[in-house]
Amino acid sequence: MNKDDIIINIEHLCKAFGEKVVLDDINLYIKNGEFVTLLGPSGCGKTTLLRIIGGFTSPDSGRVTLDGKDLSGMPPYERPLNTVFQRYALFPHLDVYDNIAFGLKLAKVPQKEIDARVRKVLKMVSMSDYEDRNVDSLSGGQQQRVAIARALVNQPRVLLLDEPLSALDHKMRQDMQIELKEMHSKLGITFIYVTHDQEEALTLSDTVVVMNEGKIQQIGTPADIYNEPVNSFVADFIGESNIFNGTMIEDRKVSFIGHEFECVDEGFGENNPVDVVIRPEDVYIMAHTEGAQFTGVVRTCTFKGVHYEMFVDTDCGYELMIQDYNAFEVGSTVGLLIRPSDIQVMRKERTCNTLDGEVVDANHISILDAEFECPVPEGFSAGDAIRVEVPFDQVDLLDHLEEGVTGGNVHFILYKGDHYHLQILTDCGEYLYVDTQDIWDKEDLVGVAIAPSAFKLTKRNED
Amino acid sequence: MKKLFAQVYIWILLVLLYAPLVFIAIFSFTESKVLGNWTGFSTRLYQNLFTGNMQGSSSLLDAVKNTILIALAAATVATLLGTVAAIGIHNLKGRRKNAIQFLNNIPMLNPDIITGVSIFLLFVFLGVSQGYLTVILAHITFCTPYVVLSVLPKLTQMNPNVYEAALDLGATPGQALRKVMIPMLRPGMISGFILSFTMSLDDFAVTFFTRGTIGLDTLSTYIYTDARKGGLTPELRPLMTLIFALILIFLIVINVRQARAQKLAESK
Repeated sequence: MNKDDIIINIEHLCKAFGEKVVLDDINLYIKNGEFVTLLGPSGCGKTTLLRIIGGFTSPDSGRVTLDGKDLSGMPPYERPLNTVFQRYALFPHLDVYDNIAFGLKLAKVPQKEIDARVRKVLKMVSMSDYEDRNVDSLSGGQQQRVAIARALVNQPRVLLLDEPLSALDHKMRQDMQIELKEMHSKLGITFIYVTHDQEEALTLSDTVVVMNEGKIQQIGTPADIYNEPVNSFVADFIGESNIFNGTMIEDRKVSFIGHEFECVDEGFGENNPVDVVIRPEDVYIMAHTEGAQFTGVVRTCTFKGVHYEMFVDTDCGYELMIQDYNAFEVGSTVGLLIRPSDIQVMRKERTCNTLDGEVVDANHISILDAEFECPVPEGFSAGDAIRVEVPFDQVDLLDHLEEGVTGGNVHFILYKGDHYHLQILTDCGEYLYVDTQDIWDKEDLVGVAIAPSAFKLTKRNED
Repeated sequence: MKKLFAQVYIWILLVLLYAPLVFIAIFSFTESKVLGNWTGFSTRLYQNLFTGNMQGSSSLLDAVKNTILIALAAATVATLLGTVAAIGIHNLKGRRKNAIQFLNNIPMLNPDIITGVSIFLLFVFLGVSQGYLTVILAHITFCTPYVVLSVLPKLTQMNPNVYEAALDLGATPGQALRKVMIPMLRPGMISGFILSFTMSLDDFAVTFFTRGTIGLDTLSTYIYTDARKGGLTPELRPLMTLIFALILIFLIVINVRQARAQKLAESK
């Protein structure tokens, strides 16, 4: 890679608002002319990252360089960047022409040139006849075009776009996506685009940066991100997917949903727990069972336009989502087959909850800012710093907050074919991971209880 | 029956509210010195008012002039101060914002007499000789919270990114304030200004305590002293009628314009 190609370099960027860490050691470089999308759920830090690049928020540590020059402390009005804001942020007291000419007038560009440049950019966003219009009289899509024109007319080195299409309806959004993509290739300037819409990210970008909880999860081309997600978060967030717990038996051999499969992944060790992702369109479904790796019974079949979406109960009791051009009758037995190259194996981020706490007395330990009942084994005394391991399936979630030892809310849900894997944000701000058969919704408030026998204690050296 | 009661009720209310004003207006067209004595139709009092040829004291016009000048000065300064303060308060967060908004509300609820006496004591304590300037300063003090109160909602309505958009396009914070914020806040600033102007116009308590002993009179203090000397100057009748008429016209104009703007917006 040529070093001169890099236009923006982000190094060790951290930002917290009060207690909440929004960006956690972000490192990222952006190449000149690239269309980069920061993708993630709301609250993942993507907008904060964009605001730091734009100069509207200052980082707690780390730096952003543009063409090798440190931007720290440089106010937004001196940065050669322009932003398209989420809700357009047009100046309502100015007409379309004056909105677009705003930056040029401040830069004291001669009137003749302003005229020419405004006309040119209006033509580019196909708004030529709207010069004198009041911005309040424009539709959402038209306002968005003016906002883009207002940013582009200043010929920025980099254009920052903060969820610019989120307020538009579906059809308009798709049209604008195509136009944005065309503008990008015509102008050749770098676009940094923030969105929570994975489809938009895949459609538009050269490079997608998937973020979650203030950390970059994966950087890659849309195809990379889709076909080879690095963890279950990315797999679940991008597109539809079946995610299962599996065991890597040896190189190129993985077991999941009760069967062994050949795969193309190596280097996960032997008999190690892994996550396995199967895209719904990658499962071969056939009416006969000979030649199939396993079988299943079709439970539902829904027409989705181009394809049918079917939920199939497999012979070992797992649920599999399958997309196919052909419909299969509900209740019929089908043969199923997954090709080795369509199996994406991912390292598990964790196999049980690991929590730090301390011993209270012979029957109690304190973790998650609460006291849990636990027969403390010999060799531990009150006040000892301990590390506690709790298996995912030993955490009980209760309907009523006050029935639990502590409480939390459901932060993230992953269906694993035969159970749900939940991430619970507990009241003390730590995460707890739970395997359960029960159905919960995101943001549900739950009480948390843990069986006394579930804890595995180890001593922790305080450093 | 119910409807009739409602009708009667509203008419009684309106008569009670407007009878005194109508009474003064009618008797502004007669020359009688004593209010309530009709001595035939005449526009003499109006002539006197404009020629300054008063039957009583001739300082009435001075008082009117003072009142308007003080109100203009106080409202202008309060509008500037209040707008800047509102922007500051808007950008605060959480408890500090609530605390400052609370502090801003106290002077408005505080009885004028207490505001007047405390400002008077402050000026005495600081050894400031009282006169024109102290009255204006005092009026600015009690007008500013009203401006803050009328500008803050405009800020809340505003898209928070608009200011940032201005910075993004190359405006310094000062330019962004002048070219974007102030034009957008203008409706709130204008209503704040009008509110301040009228508050200052009819203030008595604060003016009375801060005008000092140089004989400075505004309309309210003039009427007070005049009434104490026995009997109101007859020229006050046309003056009050005129002020009322002006305000009435002003309100009608505003209402008509609003209705027109609404119609225009609907037809779009």
